[in-house]
Formats: sequence, C-alpha cells, structure tokens
Amino acid sequence: MPESDRSHRPLPANRAVFGTTDTDSVHDEPGGGDLHPHPVPLWMLGGVFATLVVLTVLTVAATYVDLGRLNVWVALAIAAVKGTLVAEIFMHLHWDRPFHRIALLAAVAFVALFIGIAMLDRVTYLPDLIPGHAPGVQQ
Amino acid sequence: MASVAANPRYEGKHHLAHHFDTRRQQFDSHKLAMWLFLVTEVLMFGGLFCAYTIYRASHPEIFLFAHTLLDKNLGAVNTIVLLFSSFTMAWAVRAAMLGERRRLSALLAITLLCGFGFLGIKAVEYNHKWQHGFLWGQHFAYAELQDYLAGHGTDAATGPAPDPAADAHAAAVMAELDLAAAVTVAHGHDPALIPRNVHIFFGIYFVMTGLHGIHVLAGMIVIGWLLRRSLRGDFGTRNYTAVDLGGLYWHLVDLIWIFLFPLLYLIH
Repeated sequence: MPESDRSHRPLPANRAVFGTTDTDSVHDEPGGGDLHPHPVPLWMLGGVFATLVVLTVLTVAATYVDLGRLNVWVALAIAAVKGTLVAEIFMHLHWDRPFHRIALLAAVAFVALFIGIAMLDRVTYLPDLIPGHAPGVQQ
Repeated sequence: MASVAANPRYEGKHHLAHHFDTRRQQFDSHKLAMWLFLVTEVLMFGGLFCAYTIYRASHPEIFLFAHTLLDKNLGAVNTIVLLFSSFTMAWAVRAAMLGERRRLSALLAITLLCGFGFLGIKAVEYNHKWQHGFLWGQHFAYAELQDYLAGHGTDAATGPAPDPAADAHAAAVMAELDLAAAVTVAHGHDPALIPRNVHIFFGIYFVMTGLHGIHVLAGMIVIGWLLRRSLRGDFGTRNYTAVDLGGLYWHLVDLIWIFLFPLLYLIH
C-alpha cells in the first residue's frame, strides 16, 4: 500500500478502545510506536497476593456459617472479587487497552446468558424431576 | 522515551516482523490475539459450568453429600499454591520488562515448580478417589462407599476428617427435601444418608478438574519453554511479549481454579 493512501485514511473514532491501527501507531503514539512497558510495582503484586490469600481463608471460613441459599452466592461473590483482582492487576487489564477488558467481560456475559437460558429451560421439565432421583446408570 | 534508548538495562533479542509497522503495533496485535484466545477458553469452561449449575440446581443432595468425599484442606492448599504461582508469574513479567535476566529465570523456575506442586497434590487427591472407586458413571463403586463410610472415623490418614456438624447439616437438608430414596446406613458413630447417583458429581468433578489440570500442564510446558528462552537471553526491555502472553494464560488457569475451588469443595 502506498504511503500516501495510508496517511490520508481517516482515523477510526473508536481508536482508543480498539488499540493502535497501522495509521496512528507511527504518527500519534508517544515514542514513535516503540514499546512502552509498564511494570506493575512489586508492592502492588505482593498486596494482591496477600489479599487473595485472605479471601481464600474467608471463603473457606464462610462455609462454616449457615446462610441457607445465600452460601453459594457469598462464595461466588468472593470468587468474583478474587477474579477481578487477578484480571485487573496480574493480567494487567487496569492499564491495558479497554478492548481486552471488554472481550473478557463479554465472554463472562455470554457464559451467564448461556447458563441463565439453560436454567430457564429447566423450568419446563421441573415438574418431572423427582427429588433424589437423578438420571444415571443403574446402581 | 529517550530514556529507553539510553537505558543500560538488558534489551533482549528483538526484531520487528516485516508485516508490522512498529514494535508497538506488533505487541498490540499479539496481545489482542492472546485475549481473543482466552475468550474462547472462558467459553469452553462455560459449558462445563452450565452442566454443573443445572445438575446442582436439580439435585442439590448429590452435591451436598458427594463434596464431603473431597479433601477440603488439600483443595485449599492447592488454591494457595496456584495463587502464589500467579504472583511469581506476574513478578516475572515485571522482571522481563525491567530487563532483570537472572530474576526472570528464577521467577519462571519458581512458577514451574508451583505447577508441579499443584499437579502433585492433585495426583494425591485423584489417587484417593481412584483407590475408593469414587469415579464417574458406572465406575463408581457404591458398595465400597458404604465400607468407606463405615470405616470413616478410623481412616483419617487417607480421607477427609469426619465432620459431625456437616453430617447433621446434610441430614437436615435432605430431610427438608423429603428424600424418599435416601438410604440410611450406619457409618461409625454417625448415621449418613447416601443419595442416589452420587457418580454424577464425580463425573462433573473429574471433567472440570481434569480439563483444568490439562490446562495447568499446558501452562507448565509454556513456562518451561519461556524458562529455556530466558536462560538463553531472549527476553529484555524490548522483548517481553512471550513472557507477558504466557503469563496471561497462566493467570487464566488460576482464574478458573478460583471459581472451581468453592464450587466443588466448599458446598454448603
């Protein structure tokens, strides 16, 4: 592609979200398109690890408290906090291009949609379920 | 970024592929591709989480009973091992970006060792299930389950410690569900209720932890490869892409375990 074609192409409006394109990387990026590493401070990595350990202890401790149906939601909420810490700090999403976070959240959202609709479908055959009689091989 | 050019830190062996304009563009393309791959991984595990949700919602008694056959302590220790390996991996990425060659190799080696530790503990757990026939489908040994429960209190070295409070809770929940099919057997000092089709839990347990274990193994191969390249002096301030992306994969494996652990081991 001739250089003139490239420089006259309009920049996409969503450039900030989707990352560099071949047009803007050379001319607009600070450092002329060179790498600009962002090492996460060590205290932050250590702090995240310590928090993850504390939350692991907390989630084990939470199983000894009877909250009825809420127990599984408490466990999932703690797991979600841990997952967010891993994704944002360890996986660097906090400083990354937003598209990476959007991709991950979209994946999680589609899994939730998948499970949600499968659970809705369960209502159809719910009357046929006999408690304690899961389908399976003969014992 | 004049400081980068003047930086005495180790730059690593780097080159710009001919089809990229700049290093930045090259790095961004690689990272975007990695994230899209991770998205497919999340979706693949999503199918298993869906199966888990449906079965647990329909037959809570199976999960409530069967999870007591897992070793909560080993599961918790494995969680800490994996979290620690994620920490050392994140630190390794930092070391690569800063051009700290020796530290990078050391941290990758520690991460790899943690991978071995995780799989080792997992092997102890699988072996215990195998010995007692707590397996999937028709391989589940229902006869041995009764023997196992009968000898529960005396066999603390190989199995999870008896937990009267959990037993009482399980019995209460099952009474609440009015389980006509529940079988009462004498197990040491405590009566236990064994629901039908416990093998369904173990089918889900082995597929989910097994697929996760395969991912750990794959991650260890990647980290071993990174370690070899690191020792060769490939990575530095201008070439850390592979370390960064390998790290993303390892963190995803950690992320999935963060959800697997409470869902399989900590059922209440």
